[in-house]
Amino acid sequence: MNSWIDIAALEDVPIRGARLVKTALGCVAIFRTGANEVFALDNACPHKAGPLADGIVHGKVVTCPLHNWVISLETGEAQGQDSGRVATYPARVEEGRILLDRAFLNARVAA
Amino acid sequence: MKQKLIVIGAGMASGRVLEHLVEQNPDAFDITLFNAEPRGNYNRIMLSPVLAGDKTYEEIVTHDDEWYTTHGVACRFGEQIAQIDRGAKTVTAANGDVLSYDKLVLGTGSNPFIIPLPGHDLEGVIAYRDLEDTERMMGMDANSKVVVIGGGLLGLEAAAGMAARGVDVTVVHIMPHLMERQLDEAAGYLLRKALVDKGITVKCSANSSEILGKDGHVRALLLDDGTELPCDLLVMAVGIRPNTGLAAEAGLAVGRGVHVDDQMLTSDPDVFAVGECVEHDGAIFGLVAPLYDQAKVAAQTLMGEPAAFAQKELSTKLKITGCDLFSAGDFADGEGREDIVFRDPGRGVYRRLVIENNVVIGAVMYGDTGDSNWFFGLIRDKTDIAEMRDTLIFGPAYQGGTPLDPLAVVAALPRDAEICGCNGICKGEIEDAIVAGANDLGAVRAVTKASASCGTCTGLVEQVLATTLGDDFVIPAAAPICGCTDMTHEDVRRMIKSQKLTSMPAVWQECGWKTSCGCHVCRPALNFYLLSDWPLEYKDDPQSRFINERKHANIQKDGTFSVVPRMWGGITTPNELRAIADAADKYAVPTVKVTGGQRIDLLGVRSEDLPDIWADLNAAGMVSGHAYSKGLRTVKTCVGTDHCRFGTQDSTGLGIKLEKALWGSWTPHKLKLGVSGCPRNCSEATCKDIGIVCVDSGFQISIGGAAGMDVKQTEFLIQVATEEETLHVIKAVTQLYRENAKYLDRIYKWMNKVGLDWIKEQVVDDPAGREALVARFDLSQDIYCKDPWAEHVAKKADSYRPVANLIMEAAE
Repeated sequence: MNSWIDIAALEDVPIRGARLVKTALGCVAIFRTGANEVFALDNACPHKAGPLADGIVHGKVVTCPLHNWVISLETGEAQGQDSGRVATYPARVEEGRILLDRAFLNARVAA
Repeated sequence: MKQKLIVIGAGMASGRVLEHLVEQNPDAFDITLFNAEPRGNYNRIMLSPVLAGDKTYEEIVTHDDEWYTTHGVACRFGEQIAQIDRGAKTVTAANGDVLSYDKLVLGTGSNPFIIPLPGHDLEGVIAYRDLEDTERMMGMDANSKVVVIGGGLLGLEAAAGMAARGVDVTVVHIMPHLMERQLDEAAGYLLRKALVDKGITVKCSANSSEILGKDGHVRALLLDDGTELPCDLLVMAVGIRPNTGLAAEAGLAVGRGVHVDDQMLTSDPDVFAVGECVEHDGAIFGLVAPLYDQAKVAAQTLMGEPAAFAQKELSTKLKITGCDLFSAGDFADGEGREDIVFRDPGRGVYRRLVIENNVVIGAVMYGDTGDSNWFFGLIRDKTDIAEMRDTLIFGPAYQGGTPLDPLAVVAALPRDAEICGCNGICKGEIEDAIVAGANDLGAVRAVTKASASCGTCTGLVEQVLATTLGDDFVIPAAAPICGCTDMTHEDVRRMIKSQKLTSMPAVWQECGWKTSCGCHVCRPALNFYLLSDWPLEYKDDPQSRFINERKHANIQKDGTFSVVPRMWGGITTPNELRAIADAADKYAVPTVKVTGGQRIDLLGVRSEDLPDIWADLNAAGMVSGHAYSKGLRTVKTCVGTDHCRFGTQDSTGLGIKLEKALWGSWTPHKLKLGVSGCPRNCSEATCKDIGIVCVDSGFQISIGGAAGMDVKQTEFLIQVATEEETLHVIKAVTQLYRENAKYLDRIYKWMNKVGLDWIKEQVVDDPAGREALVARFDLSQDIYCKDPWAEHVAKKADSYRPVANLIMEAAE
């Protein structure tokens, strides 16, 4: 069963932007798309660990600021000719608040 | 049961063997790859573009770590093999490890031949073979002198690559003309002329006698006529020798190279050899096409399929920008041989065909090599040319009354005509791939590898696409901005102005964007076009900017940032230096560096510390240096009349005025200025985007310099009498550049497209137009000339920090 943690207001994350959430095992990036969807991914590109939260968000992907790998926010998969995957975590928006599943903390311990 | 395969040497041939194996039968072998170089497979023939700065090493890596991991290849890079025991079927690594094999592939390559001249062992005498050599050459700059011994393919590519970097290069060649094995004298002459035009000194019929040194380092090459050629680096590119040592010690049959049969097997049926280390039917190999053929044969034999390697006619092309040459076959004079020659001195074009018994046996072309594949086909197929002899030299377009149309030329090629020489891909294979669904260049490359190595046949591949797909394929005339649109930068700028598009969604809609909200390529460009054309109407969108311009700092490879405060005209004070030193201490800045633009760079600042360090620097009176922006960077100055005994004007004062007038403005690419107080030009103004050289009678303004990947000297725009006029002219040029250039074009690239004369018409010949440009620039500055650091400290500091902290939150 899910238990959701209240993280922040949706407006705290800019449209087509991201903010970080600190955890004991490094930062998770919370992305907000142009269509107000919210996604949570590890903040490290599978290529050279670039900070994805600093990338440019377009559609449901983000372009890493270091070498322009394009990562799907939905699956964490690198797009196009590149291959690699970054971990993703359940996230949702409820009444204007961003919520993360508490289980993601466990997932990060296991990872 | 998997067989154990050990591959010795990660070169272009062995890399291709691995590709064939893992693609066609990934489960057949447990593969271990040894390489003496501490890296995996890269495209060695592309080292010349790396040297010339056209490509980076990363771009020429053919297999990265991930590829090896994905395909289960165990890599032992930086390790040599000490010994092969064919009886026990084992190899011994340098560290003593003994590994057994079922099959062994030797890809030990070749060693560059070093002429044993006195002094050949001095420091600074290198070959041109691997990445280390390339990096040595890339370390040379405009103050360096280099001598290249060898006027063949490799030597000339090395020389041209360094000359493109401004290095003073001399080529010493023992034969009377360059590339004598591939070119005749006339083509050799045209090539030499082109190289001399690039600033390279060429000495033919020159015999080297000794390499002179000083303190163990090379200082000059001495020729046998007594000429001394001073140099900081001496590159020997005189040929290669197959590397056969390991094979010979293992008792394999070795001649000039490791002997192989048509299946690429050595004298031991479990040991293969491919690439530059082999000798097949008396021949050794240096070009890439036969190496790839060998790799394919070796892989097929390993997988138990019938295959045989056969030597083919070879052709040569040179990878030097602006030197189009082609040669194939035999073009020596001889009895019973006739020549057909065509020259067009005005265009620097030369073509020569050598004919024997109505068959073309050799061809040399210089300056216009468009039809080279057709001629190569005639040579290879031994086509009887008696019927078309009269018009033969003009190429395929003139045969049988066919109109002059490049598509007709390609359409006329037979299916077995070779399109991609590097990979040995024929027209028929490309057609088959297209019929099977590869309907654009990228797909054809992915499926067939045609045009994926050196890329010179890209145009031909596109033409095959066009002839095969007909109206469904349009050869892209001008490149669109990105995959989101079919429109070019220029088209979109026109639309933004003419249709008064003042927002990003308006552009997406009116220009028919194919994606919902653009991408990382088009959005930064659109953001710039909109804010420069509609400064009042459009609101800057930070989320469409690259992170550096969003966070007003330069991102580093580890995700930290660098902070560069502005120092107006390169002038600072003890108080500013104290504040910088205090900030460096307080935020534990790991590196403090002086930049080329006369400022101080604090490297390695964490994102969340940025607002605090900026606040501290603001408190000491400093503002952002915009060292990260496509905008005004620095105005570099010398001390001028303030201190210098040669100064003619107050160059420092003018530099500060210019920087205060221009800072904060966004431009298509970075904008660097320099002001020199006299023609001695200590601030290097003539390689800046805009340079001012002060003279007694006023100020000489020139534009379009660069000192990056391209090095350009500025071109003279105008001389004016006063500082006031200088400011106006520079504001006007900057605004003209902002309004018209393509995003990411520096001034020199823009100037190449519109022409210096057009720029002069706007800012020199039309005073009213100039003032209108100045007024539009000033209007934009009302909005954008402000310190982003102070603004972000006041309004956005939180956005630099995590939005939540769950470190204390317990996991369940």
